[in-house]
Amino acid sequence: MAGQERVNPRRDDEEPVDDAPEPVAPSAQARDAEVDALLDEIDDVLEQNAEQFVRGFVQKGGQ
Amino acid sequence: MRRVMGIETEYGVLQPGKPMANPMLLSSHVVAVHAAARGGGRTKARWDYDDEDPLQDARGFHLQRASAHPSLLTDDPTRPAPSGDGPQELERPEVEEYEDPGAANVILSNGARLYVDHAHPEYSSPEVTNPRDAVVWDRAGEQVMLASVRALASVPALPDVALYKNNVDGKGATYGTHENYLVDRSVPFSDLASRLIPFFVTRQVYTGAGRVGLGQRGERAGFQISQRADYVEAEIGLETTLRRPIVNTRDEPHADPTRWRRLHVIVGDATMLEAATYVRLGTTSLVLWLIERAVSEGGSGGALAIVDRLALRDPVSAVHRISHDTSLTATVELVDGRELTALEIQREYLAAVRTALEHVGDPLDAQTQDVLDRWSSLLDRLATDPSQCAREVEWLAKLRLLDGMRRRENLAWDHPRLAAVDLQWADVRPERGLYHRLAVAGAVEMLVTPQEVEQAVAHAPVDTRAYFRGEAVARYGDQVSAASWDSVVFDVPGAQTLQRVPMRDPLRGTKTHVGALLDASPDASSLLAALGG
Repeated sequence: MAGQERVNPRRDDEEPVDDAPEPVAPSAQARDAEVDALLDEIDDVLEQNAEQFVRGFVQKGGQ
Repeated sequence: MRRVMGIETEYGVLQPGKPMANPMLLSSHVVAVHAAARGGGRTKARWDYDDEDPLQDARGFHLQRASAHPSLLTDDPTRPAPSGDGPQELERPEVEEYEDPGAANVILSNGARLYVDHAHPEYSSPEVTNPRDAVVWDRAGEQVMLASVRALASVPALPDVALYKNNVDGKGATYGTHENYLVDRSVPFSDLASRLIPFFVTRQVYTGAGRVGLGQRGERAGFQISQRADYVEAEIGLETTLRRPIVNTRDEPHADPTRWRRLHVIVGDATMLEAATYVRLGTTSLVLWLIERAVSEGGSGGALAIVDRLALRDPVSAVHRISHDTSLTATVELVDGRELTALEIQREYLAAVRTALEHVGDPLDAQTQDVLDRWSSLLDRLATDPSQCAREVEWLAKLRLLDGMRRRENLAWDHPRLAAVDLQWADVRPERGLYHRLAVAGAVEMLVTPQEVEQAVAHAPVDTRAYFRGEAVARYGDQVSAASWDSVVFDVPGAQTLQRVPMRDPLRGTKTHVGALLDASPDASSLLAALGG
């Protein structure tokens, strides 16, 4: 289904580079460190009962 | 390149642990507590509805009130629209007008309007002249909302409220973040719409805020680029709450209608990332400049022909298709038979803007150059490795967090923890909002300083009429009985009538125009005398 997976983008009109595995940007690991730190503490931040929170998040339509 | 613009944001509102709480009541508390916290003087200036006409359609016809959906009736048509430039005399009501708590309304000293729109608290930013200032006063709105959250939390008798700068609840409801741009009236509306539609359909690849769930009710699991995309149901239309169009035709310029129209853009997402807000308004303003070249001396140098070839076969389904494709490789069909990706269509717009800029040949100011550079760089990087844009593009920043969680906890897209991350991303409280946690960790690009935002909470931009509105409230607040985008109404003790100062030109009433006058006027009556009232 669309949106289910991150697909590494490659446009049809581009020269296929070779069949190297999914290219990983050089700084990807450094970037992940920032997210990892947040994920380490996510349970302290995220609503404890996620299911109840999501179910209770009901809004009226606006403009 | 200057253009008058602004952002209106409806915030999601909750009473934690009380899902059945009345959202209108909560919203009015958000506004009222802000008014109370300002303290001192009269702060309950009403909104002046005199010039509002939400039923005027840009295509040149007027919707009959009787046939209008009630949500469209945002004005109060009790008085005819005024004209003329000096202060106008208005009858003073003999009894205090009834204050409907659902109509809670505060005009802030920064020129913004804080009020209850439908069932949400809304911050309508003051008019600014450039995208960077739009970011500053949009961020100021977050601080205004945060101040209300804190104030309500500190008063035991009032309900705790949490506010979210997002656009969907995942259960079918959506609420808006509307951009407004002042556009040359001489551009025929049909040209404006047709040349904007492919741009609005595709800009989401760098302006989208990201959303967990597919379909209006999130009925299918997955992640998509835009919050609002699934709610777009028409190409062009007047409505904002049903049959939402890509181009909204509300023709309510809040300014001299012979010179300008106010383009009311309802397809955009609220964005926390400063860089996302900046590029959204910056690129849109550039495209509007390009479209205005059609009626400007010298023309576009052929650039508009590029744009006219971009007409889409089915714009509404293209909005959905592009939003659902995080690989950015999906193509959409053009009227001329081509199949292009969103990035390719955006490249055509960028090329057209550059062609016209070169044709005109005026030197570019630094901010316009910066917007062009960012636009170009984003399109390049999104085409090669979108994850490189996670510091600037909100859906990628959000996806990075969600993907990290999915990997660690092995979660499928329908897991409630992922939906909770999506919602809590936009919580205005820095300790609860996941965006704010990422920002503190240095994971997103910041464009403006906390000091600038703090300043903008209290003070209006100096280069639009918001300056006069904000300063009038700040200096003579107890003598301001009402205000609107294009008027301030004074109630001076001892005067026979109310006095209404019209502001039909958004670029007058600036600090340059009225700063000295305000400084020389210790009270409202001396100001009005100086204005010729």
